[in-house]
Amino acid sequence: MRHRMKGLLAGAGLAVMTAMPVQAQELTIFWAEWDPANYLQQLVNEYTEETGVVVTVETTPSADFQTKAFTEFNAHGDAYDLVVGDSQWLGAGSTGGHYVELTDFFKKHNLNEVMAPATVKYYAEYPGNSGRYWAIPLEGDALGWSYRKDWFEDPEEKAAFKEKYGYELAVPKTFKELRDIAEFFHRPDENRYGIAIYTDNSYDALMMGVENAIFSYGGDLGNYGTYEVDGYINSDKAVAALEAYKELYKFTPPGWAKTFFVEDNQAITEGLAAMSMNYFAFFPSLLNESTNPHAKNTGFFANPAGPDGDQYAALGGQGISIVSYSDQKEEAMKFLEWFIRDDVQKRWAELGGYTCSAAVLKSEEFQNATPYNKAFYETMFRVKDFWAVPEYAELLQQANRRLYPYVVGDQGTAKEALDALAKDWQETFEKYGRYE
Amino acid sequence: MATTTIISTLDPSSRAAARGWSDLTIRNAFIIPTIVFLIVFNVFPLLYSLYYSFTDFRASMNAPANWVGLANYRELLNDPFIWRNFAITAKYVIISVGGQVIVGFGVAMLLNRPFPLKGLVTTLLLLPMMLSMAVVGLFWKLLYNPSWGIINYALGLGRFEWLSNPDFALYAVAITDIWMWSPFVMLLSLAGLSAVPKHLYEAAAIDRAGRLYTFFRITLPLVAPILLIAIIFRTMEAFKTFDIAFILTSQPTTEMLSIRLYKMAFQEWQTGLSCALAYIMLIMVVAITNIYVKYLNKAKER
Repeated sequence: MRHRMKGLLAGAGLAVMTAMPVQAQELTIFWAEWDPANYLQQLVNEYTEETGVVVTVETTPSADFQTKAFTEFNAHGDAYDLVVGDSQWLGAGSTGGHYVELTDFFKKHNLNEVMAPATVKYYAEYPGNSGRYWAIPLEGDALGWSYRKDWFEDPEEKAAFKEKYGYELAVPKTFKELRDIAEFFHRPDENRYGIAIYTDNSYDALMMGVENAIFSYGGDLGNYGTYEVDGYINSDKAVAALEAYKELYKFTPPGWAKTFFVEDNQAITEGLAAMSMNYFAFFPSLLNESTNPHAKNTGFFANPAGPDGDQYAALGGQGISIVSYSDQKEEAMKFLEWFIRDDVQKRWAELGGYTCSAAVLKSEEFQNATPYNKAFYETMFRVKDFWAVPEYAELLQQANRRLYPYVVGDQGTAKEALDALAKDWQETFEKYGRYE
Repeated sequence: MATTTIISTLDPSSRAAARGWSDLTIRNAFIIPTIVFLIVFNVFPLLYSLYYSFTDFRASMNAPANWVGLANYRELLNDPFIWRNFAITAKYVIISVGGQVIVGFGVAMLLNRPFPLKGLVTTLLLLPMMLSMAVVGLFWKLLYNPSWGIINYALGLGRFEWLSNPDFALYAVAITDIWMWSPFVMLLSLAGLSAVPKHLYEAAAIDRAGRLYTFFRITLPLVAPILLIAIIFRTMEAFKTFDIAFILTSQPTTEMLSIRLYKMAFQEWQTGLSCALAYIMLIMVVAITNIYVKYLNKAKER
């Protein structure tokens, strides 16, 4: 009886096991909620077709992204196997033990040469010049500009502009031209405004916008090796750049006090502004006629040069890292091996992702694929980024606290704001023992 | 066992006992789980965060928490920006709660008389406080829009920038809060007003007392206890305001303590420091509430 019972149970167990499909391997990638995340989901669906491994790109609104990711890291949670983290998270992610070190992977696949140099430097390596890597450059991005081609090419506007400023109305090559054009098109009575820039001080928007000016004016945030800030962030060049950024704020649409990528794209889609600052990753929707009625008349250009000819842009974009608390690290590593393949990088670019593969970026095919890819390619070799130290969020908060009242609130001077910021940053670096 | 006997025979005539539930069953089924829940989810985190407030702990790093004594409290109380946050919060609480009491009590006075569809009107007036804070923040942002917002249009203010103007942003947030929460004050005031004995007004009328005299000598003193309860609740909530201000604007002039606390705790991950700030806020809320409760007791005695 006992044997019969055992036999029955074994048979039933076998029947259940054979009836159940083999449980598919799953990977979860965590990223901010924006168009490139949708492109990535399309790309990883192809990985699923190829390997059977189900990859899900889980997203959260960008304002929540940092908080949600680090809450999960802090809890040592395994909800995410990979994360496409901001470049400034590298310090906290690596020294906090949240990211798996990928130095061997980097060397094995020679990624230093496969990926564009700026993306390796800012999305993958920490500390700077250490030769230690924590992420694979995934989405290259930087700040660029969109503009209304029809306004710029209108013969009457061109003539009026030339009469007023003494040179041709065209895509601005310098910050001075950018300012002049913004002033020229700023006509509140016609509900038409000169320019849309980032002003939101909730996270990094305002700082990225200001960086765009500081870097092109030849300034720097500090010495990333020694953490010296006095004489850098408050240098004459940085002060002039901040003054220039504030000058641009005068030509923005009314109520432009808490604006980031959504509002800046709206400035173009709603026909409000002549020019708009935004990350390249947000430009695809400006070419889509269903989301932008002015799609045919929208053009793009790279961040213009400063008074001395320096031309840089603030870096956006992210690298993909393996979360050290994931129980599928090996599977995640296999996914990365697939992701860096040349054909996959090419496909990533085709889907709308901004590949960091140097070969794809250089190809004619990529540069001619969209009206902004060439500007993106040029920009990606002239980018600089914010501090990537673990205490970056404090530095960012201090920057917002000093810059916002000057740019938006018209309080104090640029010199006062940047002197105060230099002091704040110095105290923070002292607090974390960076000078020891 | 002795305890069990005492508890189970405490009140045999209670309704629960009539249903067949002994006090012991009620204790085990409801009281103990509630106490356990409170200890696990309220008391323990409260004490644990008190410990963290004396450490340099950062939740984003794997480093252990080091005891730093009162350093976090010293740092916070020496930070001029934190004092600015305190001042902004105090100003906001005064404007917002003051506005809610004036509007809420005023509307309650108007509603405290018979008129057609009174029930429907009262219900409609309560709608704002039933909405989500985030939704209210988002649609008031649209209402305040300088280009096409209805507020500028209705008031003929042209392109007045409510939220971009550092001097007006706090008032804009307070107006939104007043709109949302005046109904709460109105509801409690209405309950208080309807409980005032009618014969007092009749006596006052016979004595030819004026309207103001009647209001200050009869209405206000009798409604005061319930009005103070509304003020206590609203002050505590206004002190903790986060959602509306965070959604509407990012002006430094609207950065209240809870917004600063959020940034410190969840953007900068300064866990120890933010725990200390949370405790400072807790002490302040408890102190303010105590002052109100004293007044409430005095009002009741009268």
